[in-house]
Amino acid sequence: MRKIEENIFKVLMIMSTVLISSTLFWIIYTIFSKGLGSLNWDMVSKIPEGGFYIGKGGGILNAIIGSLYITVGSTLLGLLVSIPIVIYINIYAKNNSFLANITRLSYDILFGIPSIVYGAFGFAIMVYMGLKTSLLAGIITVTLMIIPILVRAMDEAIRVVPEDMKNSVYALGATRYETAKIVLRQSIPGIFTAILLSFGRAIGDAACVLFTAGFTDSIPTSLDQPAATLPLSIFFQLSSPIQEVQNRAYAAAVVLTIIVLIISITAKIISKNLSKNKI
Amino acid sequence: MMNIRLLKDSIFSKVFFTLTILSISTVVLLGLGLYYKSIPILDSSSLSKLLFSSEWKPFKEAFGFYPFIMGTLWVTVISIVIALPLSLLTAIYLSEYAHFRVRKLVLPLIELLSGIPPVLFGVWGVLVIVPLIQDYIAPHFVEFTTGYSVLAGGVVLAIMIFPLIISILIEVFDNVPQELRDASLSVGATQWQTVKKVLLRKSVAGIIAATVLAISRAFGETIAVLMVCGNLAQIPHSLFDSGYPLPALIANNYGEMMSIPMYDSALMFAALLLFVIIFLFNAISRIILFRIEKSTT
Repeated sequence: MRKIEENIFKVLMIMSTVLISSTLFWIIYTIFSKGLGSLNWDMVSKIPEGGFYIGKGGGILNAIIGSLYITVGSTLLGLLVSIPIVIYINIYAKNNSFLANITRLSYDILFGIPSIVYGAFGFAIMVYMGLKTSLLAGIITVTLMIIPILVRAMDEAIRVVPEDMKNSVYALGATRYETAKIVLRQSIPGIFTAILLSFGRAIGDAACVLFTAGFTDSIPTSLDQPAATLPLSIFFQLSSPIQEVQNRAYAAAVVLTIIVLIISITAKIISKNLSKNKI
Repeated sequence: MMNIRLLKDSIFSKVFFTLTILSISTVVLLGLGLYYKSIPILDSSSLSKLLFSSEWKPFKEAFGFYPFIMGTLWVTVISIVIALPLSLLTAIYLSEYAHFRVRKLVLPLIELLSGIPPVLFGVWGVLVIVPLIQDYIAPHFVEFTTGYSVLAGGVVLAIMIFPLIISILIEVFDNVPQELRDASLSVGATQWQTVKKVLLRKSVAGIIAATVLAISRAFGETIAVLMVCGNLAQIPHSLFDSGYPLPALIANNYGEMMSIPMYDSALMFAALLLFVIIFLFNAISRIILFRIEKSTT
C-alpha cells in the first residue's frame, strides 16, 4: 500500500515536472510556427507605410527602435538610482540594520506590484507634470518598475562578496566609499546579470507603456514625442480582424521572443560563470 | 588629503542615505498618488456601491466594479487551482527526488519561462488555449462559447505563475533541515511519507506565502489576461463565460479616460484597489518568508 502511494505520486510528480518544463518549448514552438512565415526583412527594417494596419506594406522598425530607446533609457536611469541604494544598504548601513531590512522588504513588495499599477501611477504623474504621452513619460514609468528588479538582483550579487575582502580593504585604510568601488568591481558579473534581467522585463512589458509612451508610426526623435513599443505593436496588430495584420503580429512576436531569449540566456551564462568563480 | 577622502565619504553617505529613504517612500507615494486621483469618485459614490454594484454605465457616472472584481477572482482562483498542485509536485520532485542533473536541467527552463513577456503568453493563449477550449473542452459542457473565457485566462495565468511558485517552494524546501528527513527515513518511513509528514508539515508557512504571492501576481497580470478573457462586463457564472478582470478594464479604457468625466478617477480607483490588495498580500508573505529564512540561518 505504501509502495503504491509512493509510486502514484512519483509518476504524478514526473508528469507535472515534464509538463511545466515543456510549456516553454510549447510557447516558443507555437509562436515560431505561426510567425516565421510572415517574418521578412521588410518587417524589421521599415516603419509602417500608409495603410499598414489594413494589410499594406511596411514593418515594425518603429516599435523595435521605440522599445530599445525606452529599455536602454530606463535601465540607465534605473542604475543611477539603484546602485547607490545597493551600496548604502550593503556597505554604509550596518549589516542587518533596521534600515537595510526595511529597504529590502519594500523592494520585495515593490517587485510584486504589477506593471499596470505602475502604468496608472505613471499616467497620474504625467498628467500632474503636464506631460503628454511621450518617450520621457514611458522611460520614467518603466524606470520605476525596474528599480526593484535591479536593486534585488544587485543586492544578491553584492551580498556574496566575501566579508574578508571588505575587511582587508578597510584594514588598508580605505574609506567606505573607496571600499564600495572595490566591492562593485568585484560584483560586475552580478551587476551585468541584473542589468540583463531588468532589460528583459522592460522590453517585454506592455501595461507600463500603454498609458505613458503612447503609440506612433514614426521613430521618435526627441524625448517629448510618443514612442511605439514591440509588445504593444503585437497587441494592437493581433486585435485587427485582417488576417495579414494578424500574421504580422505573430512575426513581431517571433522578433520579441528572439530578443528576450538572447537576453535571458546571456544572463544565465554570465551568472553561471559568476558562481564558477566564487566556489 | 585625508580630509578630502573623509569628506567624500561622508558626502556620499548622506546622498546615498537620502536616495535610499526617498526610494523606500515610492511605496507610499504609489498609494498616495493613486488615492489622490481616486478622491473624486470616492466623493461621488460610496465605497460599498463602488465595490458591490453591478451597474457599469460610465456615461451616467455609474461605476459598479462588482463584475470586474468577480472576473478577477474567477481567473485568479482558476489559475491557483491549476498552478498550486502542479507546482507543488514539481517542486517536491526537484528538491527531494530528482538527480541534481535533472534539477540543473529543469530549473533554467523554468527561469527562462519567467522571462517570457506577458504579451507572448497572450499570443500563445489566443493560438492554443482559446481554440482548445472552444473546440474540445467546452462542447462537452456548454452549447456555445467563443473560447475567450475565464478558463482561458486562468490557464494562461497558471503557466505565468509556475516559475514564481516553484522557485519560492524550492527555496522553502531547501531550508528544511536535512536531519528531519533523515530521522523520518531512519524510522522506516518511505520517502513519500517523509515528504508528506515532515517536509510539507514543516513548510506550511512557506507554502502559504508562496501561494499568496502567486495570487497577487495573478491579480495584477494585465495584457495576457486582456487578450484571452473575452472582456464582457458581466459576472461569470461558469468556467466558459467571458470575464473582465480589473487590470484588463484599466488597460482597455485608457483611451476614453480623458473624454468621459469621472472615468479617469474610476480607473485610478481600480488601480488603487489592485495596489492595496497586492501590497497587503506581498507584505504578509514576504514577512513570512523572511522569518523562515532567518530561523534557519
